[in-house]
Amino acid sequence: MVKRRVKFTFPTELITESVIYELGHRYKVVTNIRRADVREDIGWVVLELEGAESEIADGLGWVAETGVRVDPVSGDVIQG
Amino acid sequence: MSYVTCLRCRGCGREYPVEPLNACDFCFGPLEVEYDYDSITRAVSRERIVEGPPTMWRYQDFLPVDADMALDMGTGFTPLIRAENLGRKLGLENLYIKNDSVNPTFSFKDRVVSVASAKALEFEFDTLACASTGNLMGSVAAHGAKASMNTLVLYPANLEKGKILGAAIYGATLVAVDGTYDQVNRLCSELADNHRWAFVNVNMRPFYAEGSKTLGYEVAEQLGWLAPDHCVVPGASGALFTKIHKGLKDLVQTGLIDSADTKMHIAQAEGCSPIAQAFNDGSKEVRPVIPDTLAKSLAIGNPADGPYALRTIAESDGSAVIAMEDEIVEGIQLLAQTEGIFTETAGGVVISGLRRLVNQGVIKPDEVTVAYITGNGLKTQEVVESVVNPVHISPSYDAFEEAMAGR
Repeated sequence: MVKRRVKFTFPTELITESVIYELGHRYKVVTNIRRADVREDIGWVVLELEGAESEIADGLGWVAETGVRVDPVSGDVIQG
Repeated sequence: MSYVTCLRCRGCGREYPVEPLNACDFCFGPLEVEYDYDSITRAVSRERIVEGPPTMWRYQDFLPVDADMALDMGTGFTPLIRAENLGRKLGLENLYIKNDSVNPTFSFKDRVVSVASAKALEFEFDTLACASTGNLMGSVAAHGAKASMNTLVLYPANLEKGKILGAAIYGATLVAVDGTYDQVNRLCSELADNHRWAFVNVNMRPFYAEGSKTLGYEVAEQLGWLAPDHCVVPGASGALFTKIHKGLKDLVQTGLIDSADTKMHIAQAEGCSPIAQAFNDGSKEVRPVIPDTLAKSLAIGNPADGPYALRTIAESDGSAVIAMEDEIVEGIQLLAQTEGIFTETAGGVVISGLRRLVNQGVIKPDEVTVAYITGNGLKTQEVVESVVNPVHISPSYDAFEEAMAGR
């Protein structure tokens, strides 16, 4: 089991979708929200995921496919 | 000794011990170094600074590193040049260029890596690491060599060879990662979480970022212990921008200058301008973007310090400006042809952004303005190749005279 800290950024059209709930049901991943800000036009959630490496990877792939942006919680690690 | 008291979460305010940490365990917010400013105020003076080394380490009292651990490669205290020619072109009477392209590895990154690598030695790490597409990897590799540390540099496999050379020459271990920018980014984030390496902009980030404050201290000292009216700074993660402002405020707080009413302006390129877009939209949230810009050193689509950069703009009554992609090379040429300074694409963004700010009336002709040039043009020669248009002649006197007639 591993833990991964990530940030989901929701575009306007997905703000009302239950993406985090579905992530926990489609994959064996425990979701633990730590910080969030949801507004009319944009929303983000910082959360910790716990599960098998492969389940987290597959789950994050599915989240990205829905149109939600997935980033490391520390922002971009690669720098110019 | 250093005057650091703790690390503090910028999100929820929780305190942490001075350790290689970058995120709050509770809210995952970023951590920042806290200092005992009363003690700094008692220790520092203009005389003490002036008597220090002609490098960024003359401001050691403001940095989170013990004195005997400083890794001084001659970084900083770079020239502040009165830019009369460029100023005349733009309509500014008091324009200065802070030329940070003359650092040991030719970019401002030497300031942040200098602090991060010194701190890494203090924490007894044996490996210095980073993920980079340019300036950062060269600086990390050079400092790793100087500190006799193992050095690991990760980069997207499709990166141009010329950029990798600047790290390879120092003997760094190079890891080319096949994948998109986002995939490489995510992998590097995981590696940083799971290995005991000093990853300069991840677990060393609170200390690393502090190095940028010296760009604020130096400018004030070089202006005769005065803060400028305006600073124009390139924007990538937003950390450089916020820390220059913090540097100026530190000088006021410790009594070294009387006031700092400097308006802070962040310049981003059209193809990667998440902070400037948020400013233009009046938003406090930075919406991540996929970078597509000539200014590769500013290509950070998800800027870690984006919200704090917006706060700095608001606090200082500053602004954000976007340089169009086709103005970047123009900016590079304008600086080269007026002041003889060859900058990389980030500098082109700053100069073009500065021109826009003047044209919009944001900066007035007589106001003291500092434009920060953070990297050397030799690093991005490919973007200005089109300027090479020689006159071709046969080897005869007449051919020369004929070709040059009318020039």
